[in-house]
Amino acid sequence: MTRPRLISLLGSYGVVLALLLLILFGWARYDYFLGLFNITSVLRYNSMFALVALGMCFVIMTGGIDLSVGSTAALGSVVAALASPQGAWIGLGAGVGAGLCVGLINAILVTRLKIMPFVATLAMMLAASGTALLLADNQSVSVSYESGFTSIGQDNFIGFPIPAWIAIMAYVVGWVVLNFTSTGRGVLAVGGNEDATRLMGLPADRIKFLVYLASGGLAGLAGVILASQFGAGQPIEGVGWELFAIAAVVVGGTLLTGGVGSVGATLAGVLLLGILFNVLNFENGKGWISLSAYWQSVIRGLFLLVVVILQAKLSSRGSVAVRDY
Amino acid sequence: MILRLASALIGRWLFFGISIAMPEPSDAFRIGFAMNTDNLLSMTAIDKRFAGIPALSGASFAVGRGEVHALIGQNGAGKSTLIKVLTGYYKRDAGEVVFDGKPFEVSSPQQAQASGISTIYQEINLVPYRSITENICLGREARRCGLLDWKRMHQEAEALLQRFNVRADVRRPLMEFNTATQQMVAIARAIGFSAKLVIMDEPTSSLDEREVAVLFNVIRQLKQEGVSVVFVSHKLDELYEVCDRVTIMRDGRTVKTAAMNEIDKIGLVSAMLGRAIERAEGHATAFSDRDEKKIGKVLLSAENLAINQIVQDVSFNVRSGEIAGFAGLLGAGRTETARLVFGIDRPHAGSMIFNGQTFDPHKPSDAIAAGMGFCTEDRKSEGIVPDMSVAENMMLALMPKLSKSGVIDEKAQRDIVERFIRQLGIKCSGSDQKVRELSGGNQQKVLLGRWLAMNPRLLILDEPTRGIDVGAKAEIQALIKTLADQGLAVLMISSELEEVIEGADRVFVLREGISVAEFDRDEATEDAVMSAMAHGSAPTVAEAAP
Repeated sequence: MTRPRLISLLGSYGVVLALLLLILFGWARYDYFLGLFNITSVLRYNSMFALVALGMCFVIMTGGIDLSVGSTAALGSVVAALASPQGAWIGLGAGVGAGLCVGLINAILVTRLKIMPFVATLAMMLAASGTALLLADNQSVSVSYESGFTSIGQDNFIGFPIPAWIAIMAYVVGWVVLNFTSTGRGVLAVGGNEDATRLMGLPADRIKFLVYLASGGLAGLAGVILASQFGAGQPIEGVGWELFAIAAVVVGGTLLTGGVGSVGATLAGVLLLGILFNVLNFENGKGWISLSAYWQSVIRGLFLLVVVILQAKLSSRGSVAVRDY
Repeated sequence: MILRLASALIGRWLFFGISIAMPEPSDAFRIGFAMNTDNLLSMTAIDKRFAGIPALSGASFAVGRGEVHALIGQNGAGKSTLIKVLTGYYKRDAGEVVFDGKPFEVSSPQQAQASGISTIYQEINLVPYRSITENICLGREARRCGLLDWKRMHQEAEALLQRFNVRADVRRPLMEFNTATQQMVAIARAIGFSAKLVIMDEPTSSLDEREVAVLFNVIRQLKQEGVSVVFVSHKLDELYEVCDRVTIMRDGRTVKTAAMNEIDKIGLVSAMLGRAIERAEGHATAFSDRDEKKIGKVLLSAENLAINQIVQDVSFNVRSGEIAGFAGLLGAGRTETARLVFGIDRPHAGSMIFNGQTFDPHKPSDAIAAGMGFCTEDRKSEGIVPDMSVAENMMLALMPKLSKSGVIDEKAQRDIVERFIRQLGIKCSGSDQKVRELSGGNQQKVLLGRWLAMNPRLLILDEPTRGIDVGAKAEIQALIKTLADQGLAVLMISSELEEVIEGADRVFVLREGISVAEFDRDEATEDAVMSAMAHGSAPTVAEAAP
């Protein structure tokens, strides 16, 4: 294998390698790290972030950004909790629907009114957050336990948390869409050179419309899981989720300028950041050091920087991955 | 229905009747008639304005079936606008378009493509990060069970490129390939859409001779298949090789349409310029003989520069008031040498002396501070900031000098901008017009203005007239000459032999990263320079050096 080829592979799969190394480290150092309880709880919790990051990944691949995902998830959780007495499915639909509404407005702002994605979604972040607080009357909204709504977030299916199943399905769909549909390839084309894409006769606006809509819907779905998992709609949750999602996407090798990206590597990015958090918790539990939550944020930030710098070095020497597989 | 059929038949009969009844119809008349009955496309009385300024006024254009039709004109004549109106990128203000016998109303390139019009734009408009296959197949993907069939798409892309004798790994990102391959990909994409009309906007500007020959074969192939081609080019010789008819545009109007075999080059140029050509016979460029007395002492000398494999051993010097030309084939290391001089890259070996002092620029700002300017080859990606105004683009490099403790002196800025717009003859609606709206020649003038505003002592021009039409080319060449006469040292890289030979006071020939020859003005004949470019055999540098 030639050197540039090796570097290129490292660039594409570096995040997977880092993930494996971190898991290996955790397994060697902590007794219950690979225990069933730890694995399921890590997956259960991070599946929400995974969903949000998936939508973010598509938005970023078009060269845009969606800052509203955190507030949208909070809004989704409140709406789902309010609707949960009507039944689990109705709660689920309502939460996702609320997310789709936010996504729809984002999509219209960006593609029809030509407002910069950063500004448009920043505005929607505030608006969605405000709406969530209004609907919830500034407190958490308890979900209905009779309707079975809580099993979405708390139960297992074939020994595996349902939220993780949902996330896995979403990622499989996302992977297929990105790699095997013209819309998916269009997402990357728009991000790579929007003018050229238009001149090539591709429906650039429709593609962008769809990614913002999908991002909203996925954030709403994450909100449903949030409400179901914690038994309450949380209007003040979701703060900083958008940043976590952006971080995971970037760690996964997706260029913030758009045009290059991968669904699989985004999932690896989510798991990497999530498990890093988990490892820090274990380390605290060992009692050697005691890190406050603030220190954990600092460490995660530094880690993110290291990854991004490494990637910049690698990608300047190697070349970008064309396809996911 | 039957009535319409009958009337069409009667129309045919009438046509035959008339053409038989007319004993000696003039050529123009016959062409005119052929156009009416057998046109694939006819655009009539098209108007288009941008911010009130007319870009097209009453332009008319018709293309027959299976015809290769040249569209030429100076920069800003309206060729690109006409094409973009046709492909739905712009909406026309007035006029009518008939395509394939039906009124043609499209609002996007996508619709135009679906109706059978494919376009290859002047600036390669593809997605660099994506693979060749994707760039060719996006928009008409092969599917199996509703999902993309990558295997078949790769095969299709390979087969299409095969027509151009291009062999490339279609799975790799486009940006890994050279410009010529990228251009071929753009053409392959357009042809792959089984279009009725293919529009090529300067397709040959980044191709070498062999590739141009391949392209012409493909155009002839298309013609045989009944596909019409609109061919935009500034290289007049090419038109005669491959086109049937030509339409000439000037100031937003279509001023003349003629069969290629009925109009000579002088006729084309004078129709484009709208005046008789003032140039003396025997000169193909606007560099008339220069007064060599004005040439001063050596300003920049470089010895044995080297970087990577591209530049291995390049030595040259430039004197004040002199135009030094770099000749060489693509990949000879001319641009790379210029980048070393300007501090963009750092040489692995060699040394430079500028203005009597050792010169070792670490970054472009070092070179700028020393008094250099560099107009790059790739205006679009390395030169202009398209969304900024003419004034802002011109002031970019000067900004640090013009600001007093961080505040920009607005008045001084405006004065300078207005002066250069006047001096360089930049055609714009005002200094605050966005540069992206200007034609290529005017963009180049803005870049020249940017560096001239710095009052440089040495100006490096990399392909200063590439992609610029004949008229603006002459203007820019004359401008370069005037600047040199005023004492500016100019290092000019050009792939157009006549430009280097007639323009430069001395010609340095680079071949495979080595400076193989140096010619004075009177020694620099086409034969001598070309043989040095090709074989490196010429008077040795040592002998010819002053």
